[in-house]
Amino acid sequence: MRDVAVVAFGQSDHVRDSAETSEVEMLMPVLHDVLAQTGLAARDIDFTCSGSSDYLAGRAFSFTMALDGVGAWPPISESHVEMDGAWALYEAWVKLLTGEAETALVYSYGKSSPGSVRDVLTRQLDPYYVAPLWPDAVALAALQAQALIDAGLTDPQALAEIAARSRAAAVTHPHAQLRGEVPMGEPLVAPLRTGDCPPIGDGAAAVVLAAGDTARRLTDRPAWIRGLDHRIEAHALGVRDLTDSPSTRLAAERAGAFELPPGHQGTGGAPMVDTAELHAPFTSQEVVLRRALRLDAPDSTVCVNPSGGALAANPVMATGLIRIGEAAARIQRGASDRALAHATSGPCLQHNLVAVLEGE
Amino acid sequence: MSKEPVAVVGVGQTKHVAARRDVSLAGLVREAARRALDDAELTWADIDAVVIGKAPDFFEGVMMPELYLADALGAVGKPMLRVHTAGSVGGSTALVAANLVAARVHRTVLTLAFEKQSESNAMWGLSLPIPFQQPLLAGAGGFFAPHVRAYMRRTGAPDSVGSLVAYKDRRNALKNPCAHLHEHDITLEKVQASPMLWDPIRYSETCPSSDGACAMILTDRTGAARAPYPAAWVHGGAMRSEPTLFAGKDFVSPQAGKDCAADVYRQAGITAPRRQIDAVEMYVPFSWYEPMWLENLGFAEEGEGWKLTESGVTELDGDLPVNPSGGVLSTNPIGASGMIRFAEAALQVRGRAGDHQVDGARRALGHAYGGGSQFFSMWLVGADAPAA
Repeated sequence: MRDVAVVAFGQSDHVRDSAETSEVEMLMPVLHDVLAQTGLAARDIDFTCSGSSDYLAGRAFSFTMALDGVGAWPPISESHVEMDGAWALYEAWVKLLTGEAETALVYSYGKSSPGSVRDVLTRQLDPYYVAPLWPDAVALAALQAQALIDAGLTDPQALAEIAARSRAAAVTHPHAQLRGEVPMGEPLVAPLRTGDCPPIGDGAAAVVLAAGDTARRLTDRPAWIRGLDHRIEAHALGVRDLTDSPSTRLAAERAGAFELPPGHQGTGGAPMVDTAELHAPFTSQEVVLRRALRLDAPDSTVCVNPSGGALAANPVMATGLIRIGEAAARIQRGASDRALAHATSGPCLQHNLVAVLEGE
Repeated sequence: MSKEPVAVVGVGQTKHVAARRDVSLAGLVREAARRALDDAELTWADIDAVVIGKAPDFFEGVMMPELYLADALGAVGKPMLRVHTAGSVGGSTALVAANLVAARVHRTVLTLAFEKQSESNAMWGLSLPIPFQQPLLAGAGGFFAPHVRAYMRRTGAPDSVGSLVAYKDRRNALKNPCAHLHEHDITLEKVQASPMLWDPIRYSETCPSSDGACAMILTDRTGAARAPYPAAWVHGGAMRSEPTLFAGKDFVSPQAGKDCAADVYRQAGITAPRRQIDAVEMYVPFSWYEPMWLENLGFAEEGEGWKLTESGVTELDGDLPVNPSGGVLSTNPIGASGMIRFAEAALQVRGRAGDHQVDGARRALGHAYGGGSQFFSMWLVGADAPAA
């Protein structure tokens, strides 16, 4: 299989309300940033792929406006997924694997501020039996959290520690929205308190991918994608064990997260990475992902969410891509040698993607 | 490392109609997927990944419906992708799926596109007022009519050409059991007498609103060798995009469409499209787009496309049959319309198009476009496996 790497990553500041900027205005500086990092011009990019949601934008074909920010002239080879940008990266990775492209620009963005994102996300649910009841994302995450507590797998104190650790990690993060000491607050939907929930905000992110020697030419230390896989689960919450995430585990296995890299020693119990960027918008979902990925195995020394994760910044549709970008950036600056990045979509972690990234 | 050749071994469609009130969204897509599996004589367990596409989520009121449809499409435990590239999405979705096989990430992929337009109203779904942006004006027809008028001015095409396209496509649809419109009493006079909707586009020169789904099974060489019926081989595929509005944009013959076709022809070794391609399924939502795309795709010189239509070249028994299935003018589940073009092209070279089969079709082009004539996706399929 062809070697493909992340060679640049950029993101906007994540803010509660970006009313003064359009999606294009939010995105353009980020696109300029990643192109400048590689020295590439827009016309040098062989393939462009983005992820966004019309439901957040409140209009059909919202991605066509963002395309203006890319400057698609002369015409470009381009695609779009109505999914988190992590899946746009997946499509671009496949394109590079075919050999039809050497470089790809991936971007995603989301503005939650114009509407009520809790209500908007209910439109993802089964339109006949569940969506008419308007159960929102916090309520569904609370069901999951309660299931974990009932199973003795976590407690409110442990959840609060996840929140505190994440926001402490984000103190030095220049783009984070929620950082430092954040009170756990009142229960929003029991057992989840406001502190267990992600900030609501707007933001954008972009990644440049490149293959083989092109990647080596564009950056000193490419973050090579050693494995990339994603799996979806059943939609009906009633048929799922909400305390587990078999799709995450399967995707991680397929991405080679548990395989020993050449020349490494280990038991193979925990994933063979030093860093994990997990897309867990709610504290309780980190518990589920840690279990699925065996991050708490006795010999595990994995550093989880050094960026602060989704609890520090959660621009819906971009949060997953940012996990891959944060993991790659850590490799690029020499702070990690091998990292796992995870992205999720759908209620209660229904759909999960895992990437294994490695420096040379 | 060369790409793995990609074969279409299964095609399935629903009977497209105005409103499928008897099935849910899940029921609709499952019906098409099941038919594609049957055509390939495969089961759900043989599918490694699922790639779906549809036009804006507002058309059904379900955000990111791949989540809800995972069960119905047998995707649980598998990778599932959802593509959205406006009207070209059905084609783009097939190309994303084909790349999974070409890159050897997966061996056998189910790809499907759908729209259940009866769940809402597409015209007004497209016309939401957005601050500081030009309104689309009552759906797609209001947007495209001035560009049709520009084509007529530029080429001197007579007013009669649009009606000829509609008359041909609606007659072709009578030979296609899946087509939405089956107007058994259609006459050219009826098309010409139909009300003017968006001048110069008449009611009968406009696509219907349909509920429908289209599915294909794509596989590698090994999978094709096991297939019960002849495969359609992908000889070339490409997507191109350009901005919606900019100074110098040619709405009549967009550069992105020309570039996309050129890329596909280069991959497929096509140097004389008119002579080398036996059938075309092109995205013609308003009748005049047939002559316009004939020029854009290189089947006619600039300004000459309407002459092919007028002289009967694009008829089912003509020299270059266009939309033997009846096309978008007879069937328009928006998000699926592009994939239906791709699938119908595959049916032609597989020799499985039934009564609308073009005799001896060996190479066929599937074409889709969307947005403000800015998103293009195309593939060229052949009866023979591509040269290694």
